[in-house]
Amino acid sequence: MDQTRRNVLKAGGSAGLLALLATAGMLRSEAALAADWNQNAFGAKNLKDAFDALGAANRTQSADIAMVAPEIAENGAVVPIGAVSKIPGTESIAILIAKNPTALAASFDIPAGTDPSVSTRVKLAQTSDVHILVKANGKFYETKKEVKVTIGGCGG
Amino acid sequence: MADPMRIRAMAKDGEVVVKVLMAHEMETGQRKDSAGKPIPAHFIQHVSATWQGKVVLSANWGTAIAKNPFLEFSFKGAKKGDKIQITWTDNKGDKRTDEATIN
Repeated sequence: MDQTRRNVLKAGGSAGLLALLATAGMLRSEAALAADWNQNAFGAKNLKDAFDALGAANRTQSADIAMVAPEIAENGAVVPIGAVSKIPGTESIAILIAKNPTALAASFDIPAGTDPSVSTRVKLAQTSDVHILVKANGKFYETKKEVKVTIGGCGG
Repeated sequence: MADPMRIRAMAKDGEVVVKVLMAHEMETGQRKDSAGKPIPAHFIQHVSATWQGKVVLSANWGTAIAKNPFLEFSFKGAKKGDKIQITWTDNKGDKRTDEATIN
């Protein structure tokens, strides 16, 4: 990920800077969106590589992250997953599935004013641990839960 | 062009709860067709929600998000009658923006 650009965007919220970036075509352009998409993290074939690509090699287990996930998912193609972080200063929430072909499923940026709580539906190739990774104040926190799948989600 | 999203945004107790259903195949690239050829990946990579020009949620997705993706989140500050826009972009550059009124 283009860490410098991120920091610049975060640090300098001034309209002037934003206007400058927009003029330079760096803001919200297709290229910017594509650059934001972390190819290394989303392409990672296993959990460790995905965590490393997200810069989250060091993580703290936290009881302040609540995961809403079924014990048993009958259909791995549609598994509802919700994540709520009670950690102050939550900046982002990511969902990772240990045994999927690519581990990282989604990463949500949480701006100030938005609740650190998201829900979506994911695919599970097989019974697997589902991890929620929370970034808060530059540190990473994690919780996990096993979801059993009776029919896989990847078909074929 | 993809089908419109279904967006419901409801103001409740000082917060706005937003639920979105997008119409998208979310093809993983892992599957094969009946002839045994791999079906190329086709999935939403980026989703963002804006309210009054401010981004209230930004998400990057991989192929593990289920077909016809569902997303729920909530944020503070908006009121009934305000508009919210949701935009997604997929890995083939397709893009769709829909707007809903908060009620």
